Amino acid sequence: MNIVVCLKQVPKKDSILRIGPDQKWIDDRDLSYEMSEADAYALEEALRQKEKHGGEVIVISLGPERARQSIKEALAKGADRAIHLHDSTFDTATDAAGISRALAAALKDEKADLIFTGLQSDDYGYAQVGLILAELLGISSATIVMEVQPEEGKVRVKRELESGWFQWVRVPMPAVLTIQSGINQLRYATLKGIMAAKKKEIRELKAADLGLSADDLKPSQVIERAYFPEKSKRTELIEGKPSEAAAKLVEKLRFDARVL
Amino acid sequence: MSEGILLFVEQRDGVLNRTSFEALVAAQRIAAETGDKISAVVLGTGVGDVASTVAEKNVETVYTVEDDLLAHYTPDSYVGALKQVVENLDPRFLILSHTYRVRDFAPRLAATLGKTFVTDCVGFRVEGAEVVFTRQIFQGKINTDVRVSAAPPVLASFQVGAYRADLAEAGQGAAVKPLPVDLSGITIRTETEEAFQEAKQAVDLTQAPLIVAVGRGIKEKDNIALVEELANAMGAEIAASRPICDNEWLPMDRQIGSSGQTVAPKLYMAVGISGAIQHVVGMKNAQTIVAINKDPEAPIFDIADYGIVGDLFEIVPALTAEIRKVKGE
Repeated sequence: MNIVVCLKQVPKKDSILRIGPDQKWIDDRDLSYEMSEADAYALEEALRQKEKHGGEVIVISLGPERARQSIKEALAKGADRAIHLHDSTFDTATDAAGISRALAAALKDEKADLIFTGLQSDDYGYAQVGLILAELLGISSATIVMEVQPEEGKVRVKRELESGWFQWVRVPMPAVLTIQSGINQLRYATLKGIMAAKKKEIRELKAADLGLSADDLKPSQVIERAYFPEKSKRTELIEGKPSEAAAKLVEKLRFDARVL
Repeated sequence: MSEGILLFVEQRDGVLNRTSFEALVAAQRIAAETGDKISAVVLGTGVGDVASTVAEKNVETVYTVEDDLLAHYTPDSYVGALKQVVENLDPRFLILSHTYRVRDFAPRLAATLGKTFVTDCVGFRVEGAEVVFTRQIFQGKINTDVRVSAAPPVLASFQVGAYRADLAEAGQGAAVKPLPVDLSGITIRTETEEAFQEAKQAVDLTQAPLIVAVGRGIKEKDNIALVEELANAMGAEIAASRPICDNEWLPMDRQIGSSGQTVAPKLYMAVGISGAIQHVVGMKNAQTIVAINKDPEAPIFDIADYGIVGDLFEIVPALTAEIRKVKGE
């Protein structure tokens, strides 16, 4: 069973974020990057399915040069080969539809049984690429997946609904599944895996290689301004050494807020 | 020429999803500035009651789209039906609430229509006839104003809790009209089973007046004991953000957030919780919110009444000691 995992590299979760000089994105200087969290869980799920059912795990990422690091991490964890889409034309793809068109062009000849994406990325959080990709490839989909059970020609998945509800659904393969964080426990790459990764293929593609121009990828929605939200609430920050701050807080909770 | 705002109303087994009224508030506020007329559409079977409830609100028309293939939600049936509805009614905007179901079909609908979908919006601004949507990036840390350059309809979903359902304006009684669709060409690829709840709900956090919740900042399972001691000293229930429950450091019925419980206690103390939106939707209506986090930019501070920026491993024991002291008085 062949599984393609779509990966996005994003700033590390605990990064201190600043707005960039053009005020249209964050300042991405001096940041460390990692695989988007849900994508890491998607990769782990693919690796587990391969361990159970055989086949190949292929990772694909659209991203700048630095994304290679996350691709290598995926290979070190056990993915078999990778596709990296990057050049200045691919940089034009900033909305979910553009990114999906690029991925669809790259994946249309891969005979994937399943395509996994994270349910949404930690940066933009559109929650759309997986589904637009499914629509472009003409295949079925299921989102916010917490369990994957392949069957003959189909896959049964547990979808998460709101407020502690779940639902099993069955869709025919090939299918796109968007994977929820927490579906499994993430593995670490072993030294053996890191060494083996050095021999694994990372096919680098430019937009022209897929017959795509900037016009094909240009976004239909753009961020015109990025800014820190204005706090609508007046937060009282309590200062001092831990014991002092604790005493002040307890006093306020008892006498001002009257909740203790 | 495209005209009006179309609101998607969600229902399951004949029960209206109230977040649809939150999206209606957004639609009404947009319409107040743009002059658009609002119509609503409900899909399913036996949706008469849901449609009547929506018709009490200030909208022009409520359309019902009923077909056996819509009896249970599947992405294929909903995309197939709504594509025809949108082509028929030709609205400028299709507005939805950003529910788990909408997330499962609306991006496919936008793709098949060749249109753009602005997801999980928290606000908007009107400029003439155009709407600029506000959505958040980096899990609620930063706002962005998003401008659309595609032809209508523009699809936009609003974040659950961004607007209050009870503020939906009542109307004079809208017309309810059936809208026919032809689903004979649609192949439904999804087989669905009954929805179910997983965890035995051993504790009902919605009834707890005091809650201390722990997040990723606790770092290890063994450290949770620190927070449990604080909760015990306060007489509070312990709760957690999703990652803690995913790791099985606390049981699922302690989870607060969009995939767990929603609570509104007298006091909610968030310890080592960043305040990502999936958690915040479950507790932002608490009367008093206290946040303890080492990151001053953590979004949790945006909704906290009181905050301490610092190391929880020092602050939590100090709080426990202080509470024991005052209780001993």
